[in-house]
Amino acid sequence: MSPTTTRARRLAVATVAVALAVTSCSSERGKTATGATGGTFVFAAASDPVALDPAFISDGESTRVANQIFEGLVSVKPGTAEPAPGLATSWTQSDDGRSYTFQLRKGVQFSDGTPFDAAAVCFNFERWHNWTGPLQAENISNLYQLVFAGFKTSDNPSLTNGIYQGCAPGQDAVTITLTRSYGSFIPALAISSFAMQSPTALKQYKADEPGQGGDVRRNEYSTAHPTGTGPFVFESWEKGQRVTLKANPSYWGDKPKVDKVILRIIPDGTARLQALQSGEVDGYDLVAPGDVQKLSDAKFQVLPREPFNVLYLGMNQADPLLADLKVRQAIAYALDKQAIATQTLPPGTKVANQFIPPAVNGFAADGVPTYDHDPAKAKALLAEAGATGKTITFNYPTGISRPYMPSPEDTFVAIRSQLEAVGLKVEGVPEKWSPEYLQRIKSDPAHGLYLLGGTGIMNSADTFLGIFFGRKTVEWGFEDQAMFASVAAARGARNVTEQGALYAKVSRDLMTLLPGIPVAHPVPSLAVAPKVSGYVTSPLAAEVWNTVQIEG
Amino acid sequence: MIAFIARRLALVVPVLFGLSVLLFFWVRLLPGDPARALLGERATQEGIDRVNRIYGFDKPVPEQYLLFLGRIARGDFGASIRTGQDVTAGFLERFPATVELAIAGLGLAIVLGVPLGYLAARRRDGLLDHLSVGASLMGVVVPVFFLAYLLKWVFAIRLGWLPSAGRQDVRLDATHPTGLFVLDGVLTGEWDAAWDAALHLVLPALALGAIPLAIIVRITRASVLEVLDEDFVRTARAKGLARNVIRRRHVLRNAMLPVSTTIGLQAGALLAGAVLTETVFALNGVGEFLFTAINHLDYPVLQGFILFIAVIYAVVNLLVDVSYSIIDPRARLS
Amino acid sequence: MSAPAAPPPVTVRVGGSWRPVARRLVRRPAALVGAAIVLLFVLVAVFAPLLTPYQPGSAEWAGLITPSSVPGPGPGHLLGLDSFGSDLLTQLVHGARQSLTIGVTATALGLAVGSALGLLAGGLGGWVDTAAMRLTDVMLSIPALLLAVSVAAVMGRSPLAVMIAIAAAQVPVFARLLRGSMLAQRNRDYVVAARSLGLSRGRIVLGEMLPNSVGPVIVQATLVLATATIEVAALSFLGLGQADPTVAEWGRMLVKAQARLETAPHLALLPGVCIAVTALGFTLIGEALREVLDPKNTTR
Repeated sequence: MSPTTTRARRLAVATVAVALAVTSCSSERGKTATGATGGTFVFAAASDPVALDPAFISDGESTRVANQIFEGLVSVKPGTAEPAPGLATSWTQSDDGRSYTFQLRKGVQFSDGTPFDAAAVCFNFERWHNWTGPLQAENISNLYQLVFAGFKTSDNPSLTNGIYQGCAPGQDAVTITLTRSYGSFIPALAISSFAMQSPTALKQYKADEPGQGGDVRRNEYSTAHPTGTGPFVFESWEKGQRVTLKANPSYWGDKPKVDKVILRIIPDGTARLQALQSGEVDGYDLVAPGDVQKLSDAKFQVLPREPFNVLYLGMNQADPLLADLKVRQAIAYALDKQAIATQTLPPGTKVANQFIPPAVNGFAADGVPTYDHDPAKAKALLAEAGATGKTITFNYPTGISRPYMPSPEDTFVAIRSQLEAVGLKVEGVPEKWSPEYLQRIKSDPAHGLYLLGGTGIMNSADTFLGIFFGRKTVEWGFEDQAMFASVAAARGARNVTEQGALYAKVSRDLMTLLPGIPVAHPVPSLAVAPKVSGYVTSPLAAEVWNTVQIEG
Repeated sequence: MIAFIARRLALVVPVLFGLSVLLFFWVRLLPGDPARALLGERATQEGIDRVNRIYGFDKPVPEQYLLFLGRIARGDFGASIRTGQDVTAGFLERFPATVELAIAGLGLAIVLGVPLGYLAARRRDGLLDHLSVGASLMGVVVPVFFLAYLLKWVFAIRLGWLPSAGRQDVRLDATHPTGLFVLDGVLTGEWDAAWDAALHLVLPALALGAIPLAIIVRITRASVLEVLDEDFVRTARAKGLARNVIRRRHVLRNAMLPVSTTIGLQAGALLAGAVLTETVFALNGVGEFLFTAINHLDYPVLQGFILFIAVIYAVVNLLVDVSYSIIDPRARLS
Repeated sequence: MSAPAAPPPVTVRVGGSWRPVARRLVRRPAALVGAAIVLLFVLVAVFAPLLTPYQPGSAEWAGLITPSSVPGPGPGHLLGLDSFGSDLLTQLVHGARQSLTIGVTATALGLAVGSALGLLAGGLGGWVDTAAMRLTDVMLSIPALLLAVSVAAVMGRSPLAVMIAIAAAQVPVFARLLRGSMLAQRNRDYVVAARSLGLSRGRIVLGEMLPNSVGPVIVQATLVLATATIEVAALSFLGLGQADPTVAEWGRMLVKAQARLETAPHLALLPGVCIAVTALGFTLIGEALREVLDPKNTTR
């Protein structure tokens, strides 16, 4: 009996029970599936997914669900951010760098029975490219715009010059042609927004039509019928309560060890920790720095991810004080990054010497200008710039914990005392993360020092340097056409190798220009119960749970 | 009675109208640009202009207010900035959790508070009196969220007696026809599910019920003391009526009047307390949603929920007045 | 987290002097305990800088803090450090100062605005009364905490915003209370007598009715001092408290310390106890005052 009919029957039972005020019907509900058969993996999520259609998502909780249901042409090697065969078994690039031919995995079906073939691949690419109107809103097709840079047609002139040109289906293969070369194309295809979805389901459930409240992310497809090729299939979503997935019996790869996965929604961070401690969930993400030791002591497994992020202290050059390179250098020398990490970041966090973490393609292994903690030098530089004793504005967010910034308040306090130690006065300006703080940093020049960072969504410096320094922004308040040109050149490199070398130079040069100070690459970790095994962490937080096992 | 209810309902309308005006201007006073809040981190100026056109933020203020009034008259409070969910749907989805919690909290407060207050009054200045008055004072002076954390820490984490978060073990896969999980379990005969949901309610209900409990104990005690002193009780005693009869028919019935008023007054406090309690226990009710909305300045949600809460508050107080007039025939006159 | 239910208006003894009230108050042990707590609290608040050698919110010893450990009590720091690396005792002592300032100002503000409203309504009657009461209806139609939250969201994050938020929630309560007890005075003999003597309306309202109506208002003000301390904490919990995270404010400290409840429980318990005890002190006094001012209680 399928779960839906059980559910329907139970509902009928309930209705009858209400009608007759009889309360003694016996339940048909099977006992909790634990033990021999595989069991249920319960994971605490911080919020509901925004959407189940991966094309519309860019947040962590939605991605976590999407990663279980969907797969892209390109995947990543488990435990790394390295591109690896996914639904495409291999690929080749044309000599001009603009066309990619993907050999498709044979015998794969979407969970609704639709065959995965070249037509399905092209259907997906064409779907994205042909989006119009509200589907081109920043918050709907965020990642598509970031990678593909535009649509077939758009009212917005800045969205008409995209890189996608066409998709040609072949025998068990497709060729994607771009209008210009894009160095990160292969790693970008591993992003879950570009996962392959069943054309039948997309059409049947009107995936591009507006849903509840006129929002496309709340339409029938995106709330109830996401259909992919992944190891799990969607079962149900009780908003604010849980999302339930079950094992996909016809999955082409390693079949899931558990029968079922439940994402239980617990918004409060402490409540997630406590739910794990009391056995109500089997795991949760983003362990607070202070809880790591406590959990390990209590025999929980704390699984660190390789840091794929950066926390930086931005220095807005619209502020006259910070426009002075000497002041910026003084601040760099004033910071004791190791102390900041020890005091406020998770154990094992490495300090940063550039804006990208070591694991990312484009990291400069050597020749990076460094600013080791040196208060005397900082004082001297401030005196030279005539800035000793000046008051500096320091913006920071509250009520937020990001993978790259677990406790901004604590980090602010640590940095503040270091700056005061070299003779600067600090005026802290805290604001709520969204919308005030982001608005302040992204579009209001009235900010000074500020805390921000980023987590990479693919193995390319594009998601760090490309986003931060590709053009003049209100955030940094700095303008350097030569730098913007180098970033553009790196972005448009022919392939990953060339791109890496170009970005490494950008990364080095940035540390001379010093628009901000990269502080650290905090280690994000998740915690699972002792009975959980086989959880393989991913630097991109793109874990797929088919390897997860629950003991007895 | 019907005329009375109608008159009371008519009084609610101007209040809601006044509230709608306040809420409308309140949003205008909030820091931050609503359009940008809607579009998120990577908004562009074109996008912001577009949203301003769609929502009419570029129109004159009185016209905007009329648009706003028209929308709320149709029950359209817009969609959450954070999740895009329709505000009315979001409220309805989460309301059962809050109702369940409020009933449990208030129920606990009444079931414990009335007898405690009564006994305290009967044994005035006895040990029980001092204990219950002292304990009820503690309930009022400890911040709700701190009490909730302490209860959770001791009973769920340290002792492991009760669950720490949520409304039910998700592994149970229970059926929820009404959204009130305990009732659902009873109706469907899924007794383990009902029991599990009830266990999940214990700590939140204690935390939420602490303030009403304290107040009910004190009001009951005070009004029982007062009634015991009244002439009619003395007369009854002098007539040689059985003590049980005096207690039931005279003392308790008369002492319950101020208590029932107090319970009505607590409805608002319960909703506010739910914001804090639901957050600590991850109950996903109206309160927790409000908490998240406060943290993200999700103003469509705040606007809608505040209006909904005002309506519920008015309805609860109406119910209290009706029940009051049933308990006390004298009150029907006014 | 709202105020304990507004006390039913009590009628104050007409033209009574306060001396007997004070005498009866002294005979109540609860009132004495309350007074002792409040006195201690006020003394600590006033003399805070003299009680510890350190500055509040200095984060001077931040280097000794890690996310999972905080130095506990020891020489130099009687109660150890807080989670930012400031001296915990200093934070607690200066916290009393914050609480007193915020509590007294918020109460005074709420009292002033609410009383003005109540005075106008109760004294003038007519359409002023109707308008004022409809306004309080609207304000009372949402829970006090939500009202405070709405005000705080608009005002931003400063001590002043917190005070105004808490005061705003009390305005309708005070207005209702004063109006109610003034209405009760309106047809009293002494008012009728004053009217027949040809005294002006303003004279009657301010000179005769007001002094006889303040009893319940004073009781409520004392109780609000208690709830203000708790509401500051609730606002902090909701992320609407004061801006500076290192500020010596009990609610703020309590919320911050909850993350360390297991590794350093004293960080949360101490400010929690301070809030509770202070609130208890004001509540005890308020309750005792209410009973003493109630003429029904004179015989007991």
